[in-house]
Amino acid sequence: MRAAQSGDRAAYERLLREISPLIRALVRRHCSNRADIEEMVQDTLLTLHRVRHTYDPGRPFCPWLAAIAWRRSIDALRRRIRVSKYETPEQGVYETFSDAAANSDLEGVRSAEEVEDLLRLLPARQREALQSLKLKEMTLAEASVASGQSVAALKVNTHRALKTLRGLLEGRKR
Amino acid sequence: MPAMQTDRVIATLAAQLQPVRRLRSPLLRALLWLAVVGAVGGVLIAREVGLGIFLQRFALPRVAVEDVATALTAVTAVIAAFELSVPGHSPRWAVLPVLPFLAWIGASGLGCVRNGLSLHGAEGVAGESPHCFVFIAGASVPLALGLFWMLRRARPIAPLPVAALATLGVAASAAFMLQFFHPFDVTVIDLALHLSAVGLVVLIGILWRRPLLAAD
Repeated sequence: MRAAQSGDRAAYERLLREISPLIRALVRRHCSNRADIEEMVQDTLLTLHRVRHTYDPGRPFCPWLAAIAWRRSIDALRRRIRVSKYETPEQGVYETFSDAAANSDLEGVRSAEEVEDLLRLLPARQREALQSLKLKEMTLAEASVASGQSVAALKVNTHRALKTLRGLLEGRKR
Repeated sequence: MPAMQTDRVIATLAAQLQPVRRLRSPLLRALLWLAVVGAVGGVLIAREVGLGIFLQRFALPRVAVEDVATALTAVTAVIAAFELSVPGHSPRWAVLPVLPFLAWIGASGLGCVRNGLSLHGAEGVAGESPHCFVFIAGASVPLALGLFWMLRRARPIAPLPVAALATLGVAASAAFMLQFFHPFDVTVIDLALHLSAVGLVVLIGILWRRPLLAAD
């Protein structure tokens, strides 16, 4: 980690690969779903990357790593409870523009300029999430590194952006 | 995200790695903030009001306990906020300011009892209370801006306790400075308004914790 703080990419990649099983074991204490576990592992890696300057080489590495993994697991669990309490999955939210059914909602939009106008109405973080994931087709990890938003925040902001756009389009139809 | 993508995440993070400046020890950064605030506050107090009345009142044991407890609340809360802003530091740091805070409230409460729980200050029912409220809330703003600016460097992964302790620290610092401008025994209303001001500052810090601390 000390080498990684100095910018040694090979050492950093080796470290991340070596600690991934440990992170997986740590988050497995909070969750049994394999997809969720992998998401927590990746979120932990992204957070570790963001706060790597806080590691003090004079202190043990494992408690520092475990604190990040624990926090990200707890955040993911809280998010899941919150979502399941107040939201129901909306079919079609993740439809792409190439999908005929999804495009039917865009009948009112006649040009790319109109879409751009609508995008400008979105809050900055929602617009950034939607553009990165849907328009630039970045992976969640790439979008997270590029935007500084966590994976979870990107998902939430994309979901909200699509919901807001849907509302705006319905408003225009009326 | 499927499991196979974890490898891709690792490769992306490694490819984008840049050297970072290591964060200094939390204790050192806390002491730096306290030293700057102490120096600026000391100069302002020396220029505006002087130490005469404060030292006269400080000779009374109850007032001395109240003043020392207020200052200790500020110091311990700020140190705890810096410690908790870094992953892996014990969550027990959060209880560090509890005793000084209780001593501060206890000593102030004792002052109210000595006043016979009178609602009347020197200038009527509310007395100096509204000024005290404004002083604590107002002085907390610049103090908090400086403190959060330093704390956000750590990008705390658990921003709630950090924000709560940091704002308790700035509110207690402001309340300590108030002792130089408000050198009288507090009434019940004074105490209630002091606590309300501290509560308001802590509440605002908690509500705005994510943008203030650059947390996810």
